[in-house]
Amino acid sequence: MLHESLFSSSKKMEDCLAKKMEITVSEAEKRTGRNAMNIQETYTAYLIETRAVESQSEGQCAPVESLWRRYSEFELLRNYLSVTYPHIVVPPLPEKRADFVWHKLSADNMDPDFVERRRIGLENFLLRVASHPVLCQDKIFYAFLMQEGGWKEMVNETGFQLKADSRLKALNATFRVKNPDKRFTELKHYSDELQSVISHLLRVRARVADRLYGVYKVHGNYGRVFSEWSAIEKEMGDGLQSAGHHMDVYAASIDDILEEEEHYADQLKEYLFYAEALRAVCRKHELMQYDLEMAAQDLTSKKQQCEELATGTVRTFSLKGMTSKLFGQETPEQREAKIKVLEEQIQEGEEQLKSKNLEGRDFVKSAWADIERFKEQKNHDLKEALISYAVMQISMCKKGIQVWTNAKECFSKM
Amino acid sequence: MINQYKFEDGPELRDLFITVDDPESHITAIETFITYRVVTKTTRGEFDSSEYEVRRRYQDFLWLKSKLEEAHPTLIIPPLPEKFIMRGMVERFSDEFIETRRKALHKFLNRIADHPTLTFNEDFKIFLTAQAWELSSHKKQGPGLLSRMGQTVRAVASSVRGAVKNRPEMFTEMNNYMETFSQKINVLDKIAHRIYKEERDYFNEMKEYGPIHTLWSASEEDIADSLKGIASCIERCCRATERRMAGLSEHLLPILHEYVLYSEILMGVLKRRDQIQGELDSKVDALANKKDLFSEEIEKLEDKVERANNALKADWDRWKQNMHWDMRSTFTNVAENNLRYYEECLATWESFLTSQTVDLHVDEDSEDRP
Repeated sequence: MLHESLFSSSKKMEDCLAKKMEITVSEAEKRTGRNAMNIQETYTAYLIETRAVESQSEGQCAPVESLWRRYSEFELLRNYLSVTYPHIVVPPLPEKRADFVWHKLSADNMDPDFVERRRIGLENFLLRVASHPVLCQDKIFYAFLMQEGGWKEMVNETGFQLKADSRLKALNATFRVKNPDKRFTELKHYSDELQSVISHLLRVRARVADRLYGVYKVHGNYGRVFSEWSAIEKEMGDGLQSAGHHMDVYAASIDDILEEEEHYADQLKEYLFYAEALRAVCRKHELMQYDLEMAAQDLTSKKQQCEELATGTVRTFSLKGMTSKLFGQETPEQREAKIKVLEEQIQEGEEQLKSKNLEGRDFVKSAWADIERFKEQKNHDLKEALISYAVMQISMCKKGIQVWTNAKECFSKM
Repeated sequence: MINQYKFEDGPELRDLFITVDDPESHITAIETFITYRVVTKTTRGEFDSSEYEVRRRYQDFLWLKSKLEEAHPTLIIPPLPEKFIMRGMVERFSDEFIETRRKALHKFLNRIADHPTLTFNEDFKIFLTAQAWELSSHKKQGPGLLSRMGQTVRAVASSVRGAVKNRPEMFTEMNNYMETFSQKINVLDKIAHRIYKEERDYFNEMKEYGPIHTLWSASEEDIADSLKGIASCIERCCRATERRMAGLSEHLLPILHEYVLYSEILMGVLKRRDQIQGELDSKVDALANKKDLFSEEIEKLEDKVERANNALKADWDRWKQNMHWDMRSTFTNVAENNLRYYEECLATWESFLTSQTVDLHVDEDSEDRP
């Protein structure tokens, strides 16, 4: 299975599903239903709409197909992809629970703003997968988009859960591997740094947003006081009143500004979660490398055992050797039998080692190709995000200039 | 900046120039206190010299204020900075506190100098010119504290009875106005302090926000420049925020505070006018049938009331004009302050954007155009 997927990474971008099909997550709906334990629960279902893009059209549009999926199904899809394509940096899902919220936003999963942002995140996820040269070919992914019923069973039938590496195994390998490819070690450090710095940035951004909200909203208090004050003033009245109105406009403007910034935060969050996907690829490499090292070690020790039996010298201490010394040597026939078994094992071991080596090298090659693709995508996306942040700031400043210019005019006419 | 208040006679006509500066700390066995240098330059004939330099402490200013109130009960005596500042918990002798107080004391003396009546007050002259020992001995003369208190108690008693019912319409209007004005100005004062606090909190968070981008740039290659650019923009906006805050604390906050004090002063002035009227009314009532016998006394009181009313009316008009001017210029200044802030930030971000899109165009040129 792994081999197949490695071959298909040579396909070009033009074959990507994203080019052939429009994919949107267009709606979100609250549902209630009974879960696996027959307990009533509320969840949100998302409508996935797909439409084939006709290469030659005469105003004719292909029909829209649609089906509903919930978040847990997206999770299942992603788990499947991660296990099936361990050499690919699999796009992350939007967060399960609202994190890095500033005070005005609710941390509630049912909150409409959160649901809306998640809808966008899920659409983004599907588009990422659909535009990946390897992932877009996957049949389970295609079925996720097109086949409502029986999809879960289809996924489970692939038996991917059995192929998943246990966390413990992976952790063990990380600590004990002796010779991982240096690039993966560096990549792991990078993804740790990336995760740490983006988390920090998002946390502080949320606090900055909170404070900015406070500054704007307090100005709203001017409006009412000016209005009440203007009632007792003859000459200043009009100026005060109209200035107050502009203060209200100023205070109200922050809501849209911060709403837009949330989208920026979501873009950064995607790459925060991508860091985990990078780490997963590195872990897989470490696991394969460790596996290889263990197999090589095992082979070496078997060869040594064989040699010792053949020549009768004991180079390394072994309990067997000691007991046979104490309780007498084995018969030549026994020794021959042992040597034969060992020789068979050694032959098997050498073949396995060879194929593991090959697998390992193929993995490194194709993983690194996808990592390069990812790096380019990341640099492009992040640069765009940073530019969009600047654009937002500019828009905020321009609004501020307009409001305060108007206010200044009112004040000067007081 | 500190000299921004209206010269209603025009600078050419001023003949008295006062500055308050050079705060100095004095430590004695009993207490520690600050004195300020008061320099007066004048062309007035009644002054023996054309230049004076004296040192005064806060207590001396308090004394001057109470003497002025005594001599001119229905004139609007400018506000003095408060004895303590509870809000903000500023240290009594912190540099910030001393500087704020110094500016307010400077304003106080100059407002008196600008006042058509108060400027010729004798105690004012002594305050400006007397050496420390001369001032002490002068202070000891005049009605004592107790007798002043006695006056107040009597005055309050009489005002409770009749003043309000005989009060001319004009002063009732003033009272109503001051009640509302006082409310509103207090709320404005609170709002302004809130805004300052929120801006300061925002500033503190922004200070942390920028450097994170620089830290991130250390792990990146392609986007390192963009990240560093953002960090530098945020830093510049931070400095602009600092300037915005400084503008608030230098202009809006002191002015609003002064008018909070003014509203108390004005309520006091209106009460005193009522008291004076009350004296007349209660005398008139007491002498009900014997009015003719005491007509001279009553005439004197009537004169007193008329003078007080006229003085107050004139001062009120003057105060309203000044208030109008102060509010207009202060709030216009606030708007300008904010405009400057946003313009600075806009320029910063726009120049960043230009630098980024220039790079993008350079990149695009090397690819195929769609």
